[in-house]
Parts: sequence; structure tokens; C-alpha cells
Amino acid sequence: MDFPLLIGIFPQVLLDGLILGFMYALIALGYTMVYGVLEFINFAHSEIFVVGAFVGVEILLTLQAAGLLEIFSPFLVLLVVLLLGMLASGLLAVTVERVAYRPLRGAPRLIPLISAIGVSFFLQDAVRLVESIWRNAFNLVYPTMDTLNIRYSFTETLDVSVKSLVVIVASLLMLWGLHALVNRTKIGKAIRAVAEDQATASLMGINVNRMISLTFLIGGAMGGAAGVLFGVQYSLINPYTGFIPGLKAFTAAVLGGIGNIPGAMLGGLVLGLLEAFAASYLSLLTGGAFGAEYKDIFAFSILILILIFRPKGLLGEVVRERA
Amino acid sequence: MLDVRDLHVYYGEIHALKGISFRVAQGEIVTLLGNNGAGKTTTLKTLSGLLAPRRGDVLLNGASLAGAPPHGIVLKGITHVPEGRRIFNRLTVLENIEMGAYTRSDRGIAEDMERVFAIFPRLKERRAQVAGTLSGGEQQMLAIGRALMAKPRLLLLDEPSMGLAPVLVEQIFETVQAINRQGVTILLVEQNAAMALSIAGRGYVLETGEIALSGAAADLAGNPEVRRAYLGEA
Repeated sequence: MDFPLLIGIFPQVLLDGLILGFMYALIALGYTMVYGVLEFINFAHSEIFVVGAFVGVEILLTLQAAGLLEIFSPFLVLLVVLLLGMLASGLLAVTVERVAYRPLRGAPRLIPLISAIGVSFFLQDAVRLVESIWRNAFNLVYPTMDTLNIRYSFTETLDVSVKSLVVIVASLLMLWGLHALVNRTKIGKAIRAVAEDQATASLMGINVNRMISLTFLIGGAMGGAAGVLFGVQYSLINPYTGFIPGLKAFTAAVLGGIGNIPGAMLGGLVLGLLEAFAASYLSLLTGGAFGAEYKDIFAFSILILILIFRPKGLLGEVVRERA
Repeated sequence: MLDVRDLHVYYGEIHALKGISFRVAQGEIVTLLGNNGAGKTTTLKTLSGLLAPRRGDVLLNGASLAGAPPHGIVLKGITHVPEGRRIFNRLTVLENIEMGAYTRSDRGIAEDMERVFAIFPRLKERRAQVAGTLSGGEQQMLAIGRALMAKPRLLLLDEPSMGLAPVLVEQIFETVQAINRQGVTILLVEQNAAMALSIAGRGYVLETGEIALSGAAADLAGNPEVRRAYLGEA
């Protein structure tokens, strides 16, 4: 076994894992926050993510066509794209809740779930339809910006692109911002109160429906941010891109303890790191018997093991309710 | 202050309140007595907007509350401390108290918080603690303290003595009287009839969704029927 190589690639794998993990964490927040307030899995969330990615690519392509892409600072451009992607995804999520979930609030649990799957298909094909008419293509590539593709080589086996740093910094800022919002602001505390007990929250004067909309807005915005960052990092997107990251982010939310916000962040990071390490190390450690294509099997086996021993997830609720 | 007129409430097909009417005047402590299932909690839930009456009306200072959502009713000055305390277990004590003041943005919040801490010093000691770890008595203090933060004019209390040791029950009832002396009108639902009648001015007895008896607390406490059914006399 080539130990210097195993150790040498470690920083790069760690970096890749973190980027993937932050992406999962951002998406997982949308699943877990909505589950927290409604005990319902919003299966359309992966499409909320995709719409963010498409809004981002459209803005960048439009700027590029107008010859403006390289005029402004790429960081400023990215910031604007990120904010608009978040806004679009957030508002879309609010609309989806209002139209497809709220009328079913009193229905048996399976019904809104089916509605969510319907919304998911609808959004996939709506994006495909719009892009097909508009660009005659629905597989789109994020335009490159020279500054973002500069790579810094730290060692022989570690080089870091500017865009990776941007993705990491943006993710950290957003996760920190969300954490502060939920724990330090009155609105964040109200969201947590609604998540715990809607009826009692309403007795405090909290407008429960407004808080539910706000939860979709915030969760959707995080998903939209992840969409834009996904496009920046991995370039290629299509209307169905959301499926796998969405499924994995949902898994990450369950791993962290569904409904638990720090849990979604942790679960995302754990899953991203597991996947990255499996992809790079499996074939090296098994002498090629298991290649990188086994990364999901490896990652999910570990998840299953964790959930066997901690069925409520890593940070699942353990507060005992007193009578 | 509060005028309840011919209230009918249903749970599906079950007729839970069969046309009850009562009044609570400014500054009073009024108690609703009755056995399990008599409709006491249903009455409070209807007053705070958690349940909608099928018939009848609730007037607060002459204005109908019909159709107002629970969060709207809080703004009108009615705060409901629900049965079983229903504190937010996963929030800290301080966060629970802050949620009580959710409708407010005035400068008096910090001052009122100090007032609540003065009434319940235990809550101040435990303010950073997750509320789910409090004892039953502390949770009841928190539920009442939280409700006071909304600056209610009318406080609805549902079974504040439930599950508490006698010494704590006494303390809670003394606090309820103190709150009343500060000008808060109180509608108190209790199974502990003796205790409730000892602090209330008037009372109503609910039986299977109807008001069976009403009168001054002292008269009710002396009524043989009440003594037999609710005060445990043979």
C-alpha cells in the first residue's frame, strides 16, 4: 500500500468532502425545518434547489451574452446571483406550500406527501419546458469566470480553486446566519415554538401560518443558495439534477435527526465526508477490488449502522416530555 | 368584561357545550368547576380561539370575538394558560418567557420580565435551562409567568394545580390572587374545587356541557350538592 499517497491526498479529499457536505447541509436544512413545523417531508425540495441553480445560470448566461460578465467583480456577481437564486427559491417554496400543502393540512399524512411528489414532477418538467422554449436546451453549463478558476497549489496533491473557497465561505456564512436567526431572533424562536407546539404557540399570539410560510421561505432560500453553489462548483445542471443531491440531503437530515437544525448541518457534513473519502480511498485501500463507484454503498452502509444504534439520528431529540 | 352567550361547541358529532352563558366582570376571579369531561377546558379553548363555537357568541367589553384566530385574541387582551402547562420543552426558560411577550415590542418588556422573576425567583435561577428539564411546579410557574408577559387583561387558567404537591398548589393559588390584585381579571378552571372557591369571588358549576349551578363562591362552598359532588363530602 502506498502510504505517502494515502496521506498525501488526504487534504484534497477532506476539502472535496467539505464542499459536498456543505451542499448537502444547505439542502438538508429545508427538509428538516419543514419537517420540524409540519412533520411532513417536502419531496419537492430537490426541485426548489434546482430552480435556484437555474435562476443562477440564467442570470450568468444573460450577463455573459451582454458581455458584462467579466466587467464586474466576480465576487459581486456571485453575491447578486446567490441572493436572487435564494429569493426565487424561497418565494417558490412559499408558493408551493400555499397552493399544494396548506389546503391539505387536515388530510391524512400520505396525501400531502403525494402532493409533494406531484409538485416535484411538475417543477422538473416546468423547468425543462421553459428552458427548452427559451434556450432550446435544458442541459446548461454555468459560465466560467476566470478569477474563480484560478487554482492555488499548496502541495503536490492539494490545489484549491477560488470557487471552492467561495463555496465554502458562502456556505459557512449561511449556516452561521441561519443558526443565529433561529436561536437569537424573536422570529427564529417563534419558529421553534411553532415546531414544538402549534396550538400553544398561537396562544402566545404567534401567527402559526405566517411562521410556516417563513419556514418555507428560509428553507427554500437555503436550497436555492445550494443550487447556485452547486452550479458554480460542478458546472453542469439539468432539470433532474436535484434528485440525487435531494435524496442525499434528505438522508443527511435523517442522519442528523430530522427536525433538528444543527443535526441537518452535521448530517450533511458527515455524509459529504463519508462519500468523498469512500470515493478516493476505497479502491486504494482494497487494491482496486472496490472502486469509487461503491462510494454510495459504503456511505449508506455507515448511515444504516449509525441509525441502527441511534434511530433518532446523531442529534435527535432526547428531551423527555413531562406530563 | 367577558360576556359568554349561549355557547354551543361540538367535537365532530359530540355536543360538548350545550349552550352555556356566563359573565366575568372586570377585576373578578371567577371559577369554573366540574368533573372531567364537563366542558371546562372546552370552554377555555373556545374563549381563546382554539375551538370555534357552532352557535353563540363571546363578547369582550361588548365586542364579539367570533371568528378571531387565537393569535388575534391574544392581542385583544385574553391570555390562556392551557391545561398541562404546555411550556416549550426545547426552548430555554428565558425563551419561553420571551415568547409570552411575542405580541409586544414596547420598552416595558425587560421590566415585566423582572416582575415575573420577582414573582417566581426560581425561574430567574433557571432562566438559561432548557424548560423541559424543569420540575412540574416550576413548569407551572413558567406557564403563568409566560402568560403574564403578554400583559393580559383577562387570564384564563386551566387546572394550574394539576399534578402539583399541596404546598406548591397553595403557592400557585397565592400567586394567582396576587396577580388578580394587580388588576388582572381571572377565569379559573379547577378540579380542586375547595382551593378554587377559596380564592374566587364567584363560580359556575359545569355538568355535561351545561351550567348546573352558579353563585357567589361562599354560597357554592356551602351548597350541599357542591359539597357532596366536588368537595368530597359524603
